[in-house]
Amino acid sequence: MKRDFEKDKKDMVVVEGSYAVASAVKSCRPNVISAYPITPQTHIVEDLSQFMADGEIPNCEYIMVESEFSALSALVGSSAAGARSYSATTSQGLELMHEVLFNVSGMRLPVVMTVANRAVSAPINIWNDQQDSISQRDTGWIQLYAEDTQEVSDMTAQAFKIAEDPDVLLPVMTCMDGFILSHVYEPVVLLDDDLVAEYLPPFEPEFKLDPKNPKTFGAFADPNSYTEFRFLQQQAMNKALKTIEDAADEFYDLFGRYYGGLIDTYETDDADIVLMAMGSIVGTIKDVIDTLRAKGVKVGLLKVRSFRPFPVEAIHNVIKDAKVVVALDKNISIGLNEGALFTETKASLYNTKIDVPVIGFMIGHGGRDIPVETIENIIDEAKKVIDSGISVESQFTDLKEELL
Amino acid sequence: MTIPPGGVCAPGSTLVNKTGGWRTFKPVYDYDKCIKCKLCELLCPDMSIDPKDDGFFEFNYDFCKGCGICANECPKDAIEMVLEEK
Repeated sequence: MKRDFEKDKKDMVVVEGSYAVASAVKSCRPNVISAYPITPQTHIVEDLSQFMADGEIPNCEYIMVESEFSALSALVGSSAAGARSYSATTSQGLELMHEVLFNVSGMRLPVVMTVANRAVSAPINIWNDQQDSISQRDTGWIQLYAEDTQEVSDMTAQAFKIAEDPDVLLPVMTCMDGFILSHVYEPVVLLDDDLVAEYLPPFEPEFKLDPKNPKTFGAFADPNSYTEFRFLQQQAMNKALKTIEDAADEFYDLFGRYYGGLIDTYETDDADIVLMAMGSIVGTIKDVIDTLRAKGVKVGLLKVRSFRPFPVEAIHNVIKDAKVVVALDKNISIGLNEGALFTETKASLYNTKIDVPVIGFMIGHGGRDIPVETIENIIDEAKKVIDSGISVESQFTDLKEELL
Repeated sequence: MTIPPGGVCAPGSTLVNKTGGWRTFKPVYDYDKCIKCKLCELLCPDMSIDPKDDGFFEFNYDFCKGCGICANECPKDAIEMVLEEK
């Protein structure tokens, strides 16, 4: 992270995370917002609706729909018509969009959507983990995970820039931990409209739905060409690796704030133990690292900001000299007993010359608190791996045996 | 032809996709019975019946899928569905 706090201080306001996101969306000059409320996302579209009522978002249509399926379906049409399109959702709402997520990506529509990460039912639970967005990882959406409210606000502008890049043209999910970020009030610098106008050019797609010049979007592809569609989506993801970095760099040049591009690192240069994580847990880990570094423990953090595209090269550069890597996952693939970040990091190392043990901890499910002691215990487990190898590859964290 | 982003296509692009090969039965048109009522042209779901200058019609076998609606609806039984055999 690079940031001039002194410069930012005079512009800071104390607002809710959801408000910061809504304000960022407003600054990005959207033309269509589709809204369906669901905890803990509701405040975002609520605040946007207030902006609309106050006449603060010109040239924009705010559509109230009857389900999340409709919310995203509406944006398929609006984005195809050349409108900058936005929605926000979470958990069951995101799962209800599953089918449409593929459509948006397949039609190469640069929709931006904020996901206020929340656990999925059953049992019903409104608190934070990342199972909802991780479960949508194969839908062809770019997925970015934010560490704090300032980042997710700024990430919104970056997301539109990345999505609308002609070389990319893929939808982007900006993921923020539900409640932990969506409902927290903390000092934030809201996006400045003029700077955003400079940063984010108007959305002018090469093709759009226009009665004067008819085009077909989403036509069918038979076996002779479907493969190539898939290849082109993957190619766009590959190009996005650089676009995500560029968007972060350009944002830094204009706004003076940087949280990493594909990844960010903290104290990793000489680290024996590297923790990998996504989202708000990163802040807790940094505190623990400060404490342990003072005691001489060589531990560092690799924050994964972009989960899709998966930044293999960037990750390898950070972990290649570590003695142990620990992936923390607020999700689980049931039946594999692993979280996605762990599985994919491990897989990316196979067939390479990098030989570093990787262990995984599934953590914070359904909003279970993650105190510093929990992170310290995990680091203790990692130390044991350095001394005597892996005993348990992937495990649940803070499991309550008395409930089983 | 290369695929544009998302496969966006202009009107008429399906002309390259000749669907006549889907047929099992082929409509055959008897000009002597035809009264030029136009029903076959109007009802063809694939726009593959074209009017000629003389008021009669002809089938475009590149796109006719052999659904048989024209034969079914012709008030004069001027169209017969014939099994296509190679």
